Amino acid sequence: MDNRVLGGIGIAALAAIPLLGLGNYHLHLLITVLIWGFVYTSWSIMGRFGMVSLGHGAFLGVGAYVTTMLWNGMGLSPWLGIPVAMLVSMAMALLVGYPCFRFRIVGHYFALVTLALGEVVRLTIVGLRDHTGGSLGMTVTGVPQGTSLLALQFKDRATFFYVALLVWLAGLALWRIVDRSMLRYALEASSEDEDAAASVGINVTRAKLVILMLSAAMTTLGGALYAQYQMYINPETVSGIGISLQIVFAVIAGGLFTQFGPTIGAVFTLLLAETLRVSFGHDIHGLDGTIYGILLVLFIIYMPKGITGSIIAGLSRRRAVPPAPAE
Amino acid sequence: MFDSFLLESIINGLLLGGVLALLALGLNLIFGVIDVVWICYAELVMIGMYAIYWLYVFYGVPLPGAVIAAVLAVALLGVLLHRLVIEPVLGTAPINQLLVTGGVLFFLQAAATLAFGIEFRNLGIRMPLVEFGDMFFSFARILAFITALVGVFLLWLFLTRTYLGTAIRAISQDREIMPLMGVDPRRIYLITSAIGGGMAGMAASLLVLQYDVHPAIGLSFGPITFMVCVMGGLGNMLGGFIAAFIFAQFISVGGYLFQIEWGYVIAFCFFIAMMFIRPKGLFSR
Repeated sequence: MDNRVLGGIGIAALAAIPLLGLGNYHLHLLITVLIWGFVYTSWSIMGRFGMVSLGHGAFLGVGAYVTTMLWNGMGLSPWLGIPVAMLVSMAMALLVGYPCFRFRIVGHYFALVTLALGEVVRLTIVGLRDHTGGSLGMTVTGVPQGTSLLALQFKDRATFFYVALLVWLAGLALWRIVDRSMLRYALEASSEDEDAAASVGINVTRAKLVILMLSAAMTTLGGALYAQYQMYINPETVSGIGISLQIVFAVIAGGLFTQFGPTIGAVFTLLLAETLRVSFGHDIHGLDGTIYGILLVLFIIYMPKGITGSIIAGLSRRRAVPPAPAE
Repeated sequence: MFDSFLLESIINGLLLGGVLALLALGLNLIFGVIDVVWICYAELVMIGMYAIYWLYVFYGVPLPGAVIAAVLAVALLGVLLHRLVIEPVLGTAPINQLLVTGGVLFFLQAAATLAFGIEFRNLGIRMPLVEFGDMFFSFARILAFITALVGVFLLWLFLTRTYLGTAIRAISQDREIMPLMGVDPRRIYLITSAIGGGMAGMAASLLVLQYDVHPAIGLSFGPITFMVCVMGGLGNMLGGFIAAFIFAQFISVGGYLFQIEWGYVIAFCFFIAMMFIRPKGLFSR
């Protein structure tokens, strides 16, 4: 069957989910998967080219806080606030990315520079406590009726489900566009050997900047969406090293090199957290993190391609090897 | 006008620099020799702090004994970390080695929460304040500063004056030739991991005198330790040592002039700026 037909059926099936009359809890899980699936996709769109960022919390934090501060403080609609936040993130990405790529800061060094960026944003949010509430976090001011298109607030979870679905699909579409573009080949070549890539006419710095800014803008949108959905944000949950590592873990678990890998990672981590919470309750702090940590180590050692990557590799191996002749 | 508070914060920065230098030392040694960044290094320090806390408070072990036991325990942890986690990924993409220790960070932090709870705990020892002129300094910080200097000196002696130290330095310079010269890299890596872990344990014993221990304490020391190492040039111990003092000044004086978070923000921004001016560290050739 044509992939496009399959995709259409898949989207229609997803769009029909709220009509099934699921409870709020299941709808909440789905929305969470969609939002985080989008954020993880935003990270992997760049991470798959060997540009491992440990500071995507910076962009997530800008998305959540700039949008919310503009709404709470100045009454500026998120429809305008989100583009402003995206511009801030892209400027930040440019400011840090240009010298990084110009001076060939790669691998460990790039990861540690982005880690510093994530911490700068987290500490700035804490430091601006008069406007952001500091470590206590801040609440998005709700509109009186609970639903307003202008404020991007929806009392009905089903409406928000469609918003999240739309954004998630846009993320997958962007992933596919990058996957089929020349940019992908340019970046793959650069990640193997920058000198060789430059010698065949690839502008390495520009290619890397484009993907970093795209990834930053997408992550910002994800952060804003998270704030609009949760209506409460906190510097620890949207920025800093903890959330940045969580993004990396989920993508690696799901699969870094496939279109649906990050989303599978979101499903996997959420299911894990929810299962543990349901079976052991809230009282045992740290159990999910302990298991995450062990799993992350095991994934990197034994399944570096993640869940989806390993499945695909397994399938193609089965197809490639002809069945052994009967004796 | 003479500002004695500013002077006090500058000297306090100097003392903080000693602690940071000690923290950076172990990480730098590991990176220089094994070419791996232990993202979970600060979590090893946290484990060391808990070890001292439990031995001292619950089992009544005298403090020096608790410190020695903790240093040994964290050294053992370093060896385990290398054997179980780093060794399987040594041959793969370098970034995997960074990420795999990120998994250990998650694990140690969450396991500490699971085992010890999220309460802030301290030894309950009140360290005296040292008065000098009209300035006050914490005795614990002075002790940490002196220990850090002694530790750096001892490590330097070990690396330059002993056969094993020479082998460690040699393998960090050329990891292909040295095995041919009869040095077993696996053994050297294990010894280096043990020393690096021991350094983390030593840092823990100094930090536990000044700060309350809680499972997330690694996150407050971790990033700054990496910045110090990278700014000094990963693997360059002298560079890391000097960078620690520069960083500490930013935090201490910036924190005095503004607020404590802004001290850190300035230090991190300075780090990002320095990466562009000297990408391979302050003292790269």
